[in-house]
Amino acid sequence: MSMEQFQDRNVGTQNYFTVDIEDYPVTGMDKFRRVLKRTFRGELFVGLWVVLREMFKFDIHTVQYPKEKLPIGPRYRAIHQMQRLWESGTERCIGCGLCEKICISDCIRMDTRIDDNSRKEVTQYSINLGRCIFCGYCAEVCPELAIVHGGEYENASEQRAHFTLYEDMLTPVDEAIAQKQKEFPGFGAITPHEDERVTKTPLAY
Amino acid sequence: MDVAFIIETIIKIVVLLLVFSALAGFGTYFERKVLAFMQRRLGPMHVGPYGLLQIAADGVKLFTKEDIIPQNVVAPIFKIAPVITAATAFMAAAAIPFLPEFTLFGYTVRPIISDVNIGVLYVVGVMAIGLYGPLLGGMASANKWSLISAARAASVFISYEVVTGLALLAPIMLVGSLSLIDMNNYQSDGWMIWSQPVAFILFVIATFAETGRTPFHLIANDHEIIDGFGTEYSGMRWGLFFIGEYANMFFISFVTALIFLGGFGDGSLLGALALLGKVAFLFFFFLWTRAAWPDVRPDQLMWLCWKVLMPIAIINIVVTGFVVMF
Ligand code: SF4
Ligand code: SF4
Repeated sequence: MSMEQFQDRNVGTQNYFTVDIEDYPVTGMDKFRRVLKRTFRGELFVGLWVVLREMFKFDIHTVQYPKEKLPIGPRYRAIHQMQRLWESGTERCIGCGLCEKICISDCIRMDTRIDDNSRKEVTQYSINLGRCIFCGYCAEVCPELAIVHGGEYENASEQRAHFTLYEDMLTPVDEAIAQKQKEFPGFGAITPHEDERVTKTPLAY
Repeated sequence: MDVAFIIETIIKIVVLLLVFSALAGFGTYFERKVLAFMQRRLGPMHVGPYGLLQIAADGVKLFTKEDIIPQNVVAPIFKIAPVITAATAFMAAAAIPFLPEFTLFGYTVRPIISDVNIGVLYVVGVMAIGLYGPLLGGMASANKWSLISAARAASVFISYEVVTGLALLAPIMLVGSLSLIDMNNYQSDGWMIWSQPVAFILFVIATFAETGRTPFHLIANDHEIIDGFGTEYSGMRWGLFFIGEYANMFFISFVTALIFLGGFGDGSLLGALALLGKVAFLFFFFLWTRAAWPDVRPDQLMWLCWKVLMPIAIINIVVTGFVVMF
């Protein structure tokens, strides 16, 4: 079914049909007739048949939750992850601080320093998940696709403030080199056919 | 009265109590499973294989839970009410033949505790006393929901007692005896349901009201009045209400099968199995309707009883009377 029907607010132009509701009986005779009709039409047996059929079909819809889990959408925004580069396995985060800046609940705290190669390096990075509203802005703003959302949604904590550290979020280096790291397809990520769309910047005219 | 008879009776009583207490427990498991399957769920799955040990877990829970007597309740009545429900349910079983006679190690066992000559009257009467459980429990609870439930219990049980009695009168007139064994034997050449279909339907409707099962589940209607008379109960006292309800369902299934569905027939092994099969089906029917049908309102229930079922029952009796006479 398309959404068109629901978005059209001009009541009366859609192909609605009205449910057949009988007039409420007023006279005693009408009421008596309705009782007779309801008694002998066998609607009760229709109900019995329906549930019996379902029992024999045994089309069980239960998900036994802790053992089985429903798949979540790939764009689901759960606990953050820090990605690494595909081939070298170096950390993607360049310490630009944009995520810290944009975070609307002010829950990212980071510290950086200039390392021996004059590159910026993250020394401290933590997210207070008690404050985070999982809005996804940090993942969207990150120029390096470094901070993304993962799929881990079962969290519990003894207190409201619950911090996750850079090391916990970072993809293990062997996983990154083995190309097992998953890209986040959500907001701010590269779109599927990016390769075809990129045009090289000409170096000379 | 010789000693052997007394010992035999005591053994029978103990066996009956154990078997039906266990069956009541198993009934809850069966009910949850059947309802679950009909609603595309799995039901209890985690305790034991396929949740079979759920009964044991529930039993342990009920026995070990604190038995709370809330403030402001009328304590003696509050405490005795669940006992009345369970006790009357089991007392009613005294006149029900659960199986045909059989011989065990050369000793003839009659699986009925006492074949009193007013069997049906006794069973129906004692089951009706079970009304005092919900009624007293609900009134003593100092809880509004319980009070409403008690009022409903009184009105429903008393009204439907009339229908039960009148519906049973017609088969009794045909058989000429009140003993359930005589009733069973009378049907050797045709089930009572064929000669008394109207009485059968009336009786089944009334049993649903008497046991408080779903289309008439309004004395403990969870979505209206919480658990009705059971709201303030906890632990094993609440469990007694439960055992009473399920035991009642089993016993009334036996009575229905014996009076209307041919009972155990000629008393052979096949007949005995047939009786158990019929009881199992009737019990399943209780669960089946719970999955399929909505509850009716109390006023509709009263309307149905006094304005529809009772006149039909009386007409049925009159017609039966004419048939018997001429
Ligand atoms: S998801 Fe939103 S709230 Fe959470 S860290 Fe990122 S920007 Fe902040
Ligand atoms: S926006 Fe991205 S690259 Fe910049 S500090 Fe945050 S995670 Fe690192």
